[in-house]
Amino acid sequence: MIPAAFDYQRADSKEQAISLLKEHGDEAKLLAGGHSLIPLMKYRLAAPGVVVDVGRIDELSYVRDEGNYLAIGALTRHREIETNEMVLANSGLLAAATQQVGDPQVRHRGTIGGALAHGDPASDIPSAALALRASFIIEGPSGEREVEVDDFFTGFLETALEPEELLTEIRVPKSPNSKWSFQKFNRRAQDWAIVGASVLIDDNQCGVGLVNMDSKPVRALALEEAIRSGASAEEASQLAAEGLEPPSDLNASTEYRSHLACVLTKRGLQESGK
Amino acid sequence: MTINDTEVSAEVEPRTLLVHFIREQASLKGTNIGCDSSSCGACTVHLNGESVKSCTVLAVQADEQEVTTIEGLADGENLHPMQEAFRDCHALQCGYCTPGMVMAAISLLDEVPTPTELEVREGLEGNLCRCTGYHNIVKAVLQASGSKS
Repeated sequence: MIPAAFDYQRADSKEQAISLLKEHGDEAKLLAGGHSLIPLMKYRLAAPGVVVDVGRIDELSYVRDEGNYLAIGALTRHREIETNEMVLANSGLLAAATQQVGDPQVRHRGTIGGALAHGDPASDIPSAALALRASFIIEGPSGEREVEVDDFFTGFLETALEPEELLTEIRVPKSPNSKWSFQKFNRRAQDWAIVGASVLIDDNQCGVGLVNMDSKPVRALALEEAIRSGASAEEASQLAAEGLEPPSDLNASTEYRSHLACVLTKRGLQESGK
Repeated sequence: MTINDTEVSAEVEPRTLLVHFIREQASLKGTNIGCDSSSCGACTVHLNGESVKSCTVLAVQADEQEVTTIEGLADGENLHPMQEAFRDCHALQCGYCTPGMVMAAISLLDEVPTPTELEVREGLEGNLCRCTGYHNIVKAVLQASGSKS
């Protein structure tokens, strides 16, 4: 399988990437590690006219301690994140979700920013970002803006990123004393989650992000509210699928996904001390 | 790019995949194409010392970078210790997955020099073998690492 023909441009800085996006507009797609985009292009589900390779912009690969949050460069590879001491100490949930991405070869290439900007509802990292209340720094021709995770995922493979914008940094609030759990149900080791759940309990705060339970990555809002009001894991998990529209496909029906969401969030809440 | 310490230069379309560049431009046929969808790991090579699936990397992404394939491991007549271990443990049957399996195993030991059996199994989750049941592959990687199985 070979992608459809395209023009290739390599950006050596974020300014150059933004200027190339401005020049080519809708025609252009950003290439980071390539492990979301290249498979889509090989299946000809995507056929961008111009591919802007940002994979060598080293200034966007870092993990920094910024006091109450970790700043992670969008081009930081999964392998770096899953083994980074600061991430392991301050955001065990993010490290655990990252360890579930694909396999070692995929994690050597794939980037956190690429996985998030792809916006796949079945992807592992978005659920952790939702549970952790991450925020996103986005840069474009008119400057920089910060978008909260709740406003970032807007639809199936769609995000708040405009065609001329670049995701540059992910900010993850530090939660060194939190209890957390990452639950993933699939049939084979490498498969995408049929349903997954990221659970974070920090004092009385509760964050639950779900994988593959709607057309976009979502939080289990009714469940979170129940936990804040003192409900048990058993009671609260019954609300995991409330208000959501899980897809139905070869792997699972809508009803079965809703059932799985209840089971997995219950296990996640119990593992997190609820 | 540099493949196995040799400079290889060719003008290719941007859509050329690294695995095709290796097999066709560099004429190195040891790297196999299996599933062609980044699942099976048969096409695993090292890019700047780390295992990657060359069916999911564009050749232009490896421009000016260092690539190592299965052909680059042996030192003349002397096999790489991982190749020796695969031979000693009979860690292959049909052999199709072997080049990718060996490349993934070497990358694994670079990151975890003395893995447990579980770490070997998890570390090779990106490589499928339909013949061996993995038993002898795991044995070979443990032997190469000096770990006890």
